Amino acid sequence: MQFFSGSVFLSGMAVITASGLTRTFTAHRGTVEAVRGIDLAVGHGEILGLLGPNGAGKTTTLRMLTTLLAPTGGSATVAGCDLVRDPAGVRRATGYVAQSGGVDPNISVREELVTQGRLYRLPKARAAARAGELAHDLGLEGLLDRPCAALSGGQRRRLDIAMGLLHRPAVLFLDEPTTGLDPGSRAALWELVRRLRADFGTTVVLTTHHLDEADALADRLVVVDNGVVAAEGTPRALKTAYAGSPDASLQDAFLAITGRGPAPADTTPVAV
Amino acid sequence: MTSVLSDTALIFGRYARQSLRSKVQMLFGVLMPLLYLLFFGPLLTKLPLASEGSSWQVLVPGLLLQLALFGASFCGFAILLEKQYGVVERMRVTPVSRLALLLGRVLRDTVLLTFQAGLLVLVALVMGLRAPLGGILIGFAFVAATAVALSSLSYALALKVSSPQEFGPVVNAATMPTMLLSGLMLPMALAPGWLDVLSRFMPLRHLVDGVRAAYVGDYTGTPVLYGALTAAGLAAVAAAVCTRAFRRAAA
Repeated sequence: MQFFSGSVFLSGMAVITASGLTRTFTAHRGTVEAVRGIDLAVGHGEILGLLGPNGAGKTTTLRMLTTLLAPTGGSATVAGCDLVRDPAGVRRATGYVAQSGGVDPNISVREELVTQGRLYRLPKARAAARAGELAHDLGLEGLLDRPCAALSGGQRRRLDIAMGLLHRPAVLFLDEPTTGLDPGSRAALWELVRRLRADFGTTVVLTTHHLDEADALADRLVVVDNGVVAAEGTPRALKTAYAGSPDASLQDAFLAITGRGPAPADTTPVAV
Repeated sequence: MTSVLSDTALIFGRYARQSLRSKVQMLFGVLMPLLYLLFFGPLLTKLPLASEGSSWQVLVPGLLLQLALFGASFCGFAILLEKQYGVVERMRVTPVSRLALLLGRVLRDTVLLTFQAGLLVLVALVMGLRAPLGGILIGFAFVAATAVALSSLSYALALKVSSPQEFGPVVNAATMPTMLLSGLMLPMALAPGWLDVLSRFMPLRHLVDGVRAAYVGDYTGTPVLYGALTAAGLAAVAAAVCTRAFRRAAA
């Protein structure tokens, strides 16, 4: 069931499209259909929340859209580039912040940021300048010359996010971006995401188990369950349709859609 | 092509800086062959190991290839760690050339192992090795070719397996028999016929025989020729296998 609002994704400027996107894993014990034909259309500057219980297919979908996994069926484009025919084009246009991060603990924050910029083909001076800008924006300024291992969990997460933003991607994929962050850091991250959209028109796709976060941040939600889209719409529309009132909690709507609660998010606060 | 070269330089730079930061890593790799040189070499000085030249000219080439064998075969451990940190995946979502992700690493390993080989030869010269410069340079070239081949294969294996517990035993199972059957410690000319025949199937045997010949100034005989052909073939086959594995794993 779909509940569209009048947001940008209806304007025909879809930055991400997916049609029947499928991923089947083959193992010794048989095949697992992790994603079973997902259709998506995400508009320019839209913030899309991808929700679902553990094992629903959210991360597999994200990994396909970021070219980390080849689809076994269907097709998709990101920023006008086909996932299979032009993966390099997809990579140039996107930033990805994985759930588990991706920095070497023995390397300094500055070197990781500059190297990441250069992997996106920024000239060295530009990469260094962007590293400084992002360190300023994300509160990492005084930490640039420390090894990544010396950062707290919250600082490390902000660094992960900075790594995804070095080249100012048109599309940013965030996999559980606030897991492990304390409430202050979460709020700061939400603000950053909103600013990216407002200042640069960045399209953001994020997965989260924090339903309050999805409610507050996303223009639109796609609930994935058992590898298919179970429901789609604005947070308000989903609450109205599935929990009976726009003032109901997204948790109630989520329960009604999937028949079960979201996996508990890691709520352990991390010092920042 | 330009992007492959510049990306390779970028990846090489990252890992070269990592090695330079870890002085212990630079010296640790050379420790085992150095111990053989210090504590095993003197036992051989009075033994007639070769028809010409001294025992050092037999032992040092073996130790050089041993350094390359063990140093390069375990390179994959680094990528296993990086997989755990999420660094491999982070690089895979960037537009960096997939081939450069491999070549940059292999180039760093090759430079590091050749540098360690240089240290080993310097110590050997102090201990009594005498060999022509051409032979020593051929030795370094064979070490470099072995490093390219084996570090490529090591990375290919590390991409396939999911943990160091899987990786370590496979590499150990391959390297120990290779070392023994290639005649790295003592020349296979001393072996009984069946062992000598068996060892001829080991590519490293031809490399070490080539370096030993070069160390006594015999550059034009079949051992150096066979060694060079084996080195080139080994490096080409390994690089092809590994590029395929890397492209598949990091498509």
